[in-house]
Amino acid sequence: MSSTQKVKVAFNGTAEQEKALRSMIREHKGQAGSLMPILQKAQEIYGYLPIEVQSIISEETGIPMEKVYGVSTFYAQFSLYPKGKYRISVCLGTACYVKGSGDVFNKLKEMLGIEEGQCTPDGKFSLDACRCIGACGLAPVMTVNDDVYGKLTNDQLKGILDKYAD
Amino acid sequence: MVNIKINGVDVSVEEGTTILKACRDNGVRIPTLCWLKDINEIGACRICVVEMTGARSLVAACVYPLSKFDEGKNILTHSPAVLESRRMTLQLLLSNHERKCLSCARSGQCELQALCRELGVDDELLFEGARNHYEIDTSAAHMYRDNNKCINCRRCVAACGVTQGIGVIGANNRGFKTSIGCAFDMDLADTACVSCGQCIAVCPTGALSEKDDTEKVWAAINDPEKVVVVQTAPAVRASLGEAFGYPMGTNVQGKLAASLKRLGFDHVFDTDFGADLTIMEESNELLERIKNNGVLPMITSCSPGWIRYCEAYYPEMIPNLSTCKSPQQMSGAMIKTYWAEKNGIDPKNIVSVSVMPCTAKKFEIGRADQSAAGVPDVDIVITTRELVKMINRAGLRFRDLPDEEFEVPMSSGSGAAVIFGATGGVMEAALRTAVWKLTGEKNDSPVEFKEVRGVQGVKFAEYEAGGVKVKVAVASGLSNARELLEKVKSGEVDVQFIEIMACPGGCVNGGGQVIVPADVRNFVDVRAERAKALYGLDEANKIRKSHETDDIKSVYDYLGEIGGHKAHEYLHTTYKASGLRK
Repeated sequence: MSSTQKVKVAFNGTAEQEKALRSMIREHKGQAGSLMPILQKAQEIYGYLPIEVQSIISEETGIPMEKVYGVSTFYAQFSLYPKGKYRISVCLGTACYVKGSGDVFNKLKEMLGIEEGQCTPDGKFSLDACRCIGACGLAPVMTVNDDVYGKLTNDQLKGILDKYAD
Repeated sequence: MVNIKINGVDVSVEEGTTILKACRDNGVRIPTLCWLKDINEIGACRICVVEMTGARSLVAACVYPLSKFDEGKNILTHSPAVLESRRMTLQLLLSNHERKCLSCARSGQCELQALCRELGVDDELLFEGARNHYEIDTSAAHMYRDNNKCINCRRCVAACGVTQGIGVIGANNRGFKTSIGCAFDMDLADTACVSCGQCIAVCPTGALSEKDDTEKVWAAINDPEKVVVVQTAPAVRASLGEAFGYPMGTNVQGKLAASLKRLGFDHVFDTDFGADLTIMEESNELLERIKNNGVLPMITSCSPGWIRYCEAYYPEMIPNLSTCKSPQQMSGAMIKTYWAEKNGIDPKNIVSVSVMPCTAKKFEIGRADQSAAGVPDVDIVITTRELVKMINRAGLRFRDLPDEEFEVPMSSGSGAAVIFGATGGVMEAALRTAVWKLTGEKNDSPVEFKEVRGVQGVKFAEYEAGGVKVKVAVASGLSNARELLEKVKSGEVDVQFIEIMACPGGCVNGGGQVIVPADVRNFVDVRAERAKALYGLDEANKIRKSHETDDIKSVYDYLGEIGGHKAHEYLHTTYKASGLRK
């Protein structure tokens, strides 16, 4: 249906998380406008809002899942994907962008087979864009967890990703 | 009252009246796109904007209630600034719209197209920019969604979520990326969509449409080896005429029969026969359940949208469903058994087509346990709209056709059968026969049960016959059905028999009927107007009770006992919880 591709990352929710989710929903249930706080707290519990979590929210509140999904995709604060073991963040701020970080970003999307905000199916890499990390002298810049890579070219990307093979 | 001026003319309206209504009541039509009375009043599309004294910008007429603070203001509905704004809105919509108007199913009835014509907006001078591209969702048996033609008006979302209380479609994402679809971009077929087609009926463009099965019908007609039969539901004759310029509510039964014969069908039957048969079986089932302490209330099973709803949303009430097949399936079953045997035709060689006001019927023919002769009871379903397409394709001048009759047997419908197309009709038809049975089968038993007629969402009535008290309820539109079922579950409502139709007003307002543009739908009660055609036919019929028709009498020579073994095998079915995502 959508123009964006679908990527599915295995769901590893625990029984404790589900218990916390259900009791949290029951506290809010029936209050007007409770869907937003429920989604926010669900994301605190799981880190993201996959179908497994949204269907519990729908079931507990009686709100159709499409409505839950519609709200979760409207606000940028909600994510449908977990963060990967390695969180890649490409700076698309002005300095990096004019130095070609857009190309780097697109190349990473292609290499990882995911879109912005998504995570690879094996849960290893997630890809986000950010705006200026204060290293404009090194433009274009990206980070992988706490490692910073500057003066990037597309040719270097394979080598960088390979460092995170484990 | 508030005194204002509309285009310089003094008018006085009640406080709280919207600008749109105030103008409408005073002879000025303001165009709209997203506005649907009561269910989608969101001021989203900006087509209805007007100039108003003192307002900082143009205001949306559909959601602006006039108050005492507007006293004396002048409203300009068609000023150059207003027209320019409407044109620009249309140009922006068109810039992200797949303009394949020539081949579009809605061409000619498209509200976007009509507005462009009205305002002089064409393919020239459009904005160049990004375009969204969407895959077409063809997963469901009954319809497709082509978001490349969607204008995000959310009328379908309101029909699904508000009218029907289902909500399997909605707006996803934000800004330019906004699109209407299902949760997690699931296919419609994987959700608890009930196939009612109310979303199609309200779509202003060609984004939503039933699956076109007319080519399959033409192929069958053109195959000399096949015996092609057709049946047509009661409600079709109440809407078909609108496509050929007749006023809403005109009964065109005679021309309908004539056009089907001229399209090349070998045999032309009336689903009224199946409706009468349904009454025989269903009223018997009701009286048996009452007598033997069976599961009550019993709920009708004619509406396949309602059946899907029950299976997904109220699986615990499946035992309450009548096991009777729908009239379409009963007619279909008898065509391939009784009629085929009588005429020495191999049922495998019959292509059985039905013309329905309904999109869910396209789903129903593929259900389990709907094959009396070992082959599907019905092979192809086309909607009223698809029939219009066929009539036009064949070059038939509908209005010039003579009035003709359906073929007998399998067609001599009673007045009770034809009212199946309106909410309360199945209930009234069943009561005519049930009360006749309860009161000793006297010919002068009551005919009219007017308490169950009318377009209210939920109706109640109580009758006494032969010492038995029968309490009944009728609901149409699934939001209303839910309201009623919740009361039944809580014990607040205690009845023995319930009629539920998925579409508001029943089949006359079905998802497969001739499209009524919002500009008409918002101001005319489609349900009531079309129902008049059916109640008129009922009154004009000499036979008004299902058990009195000749066809019914002779079909039970073949079937044996009402509710007996053979009747059960051919005319009854089973249901199961669908577990689909809500």
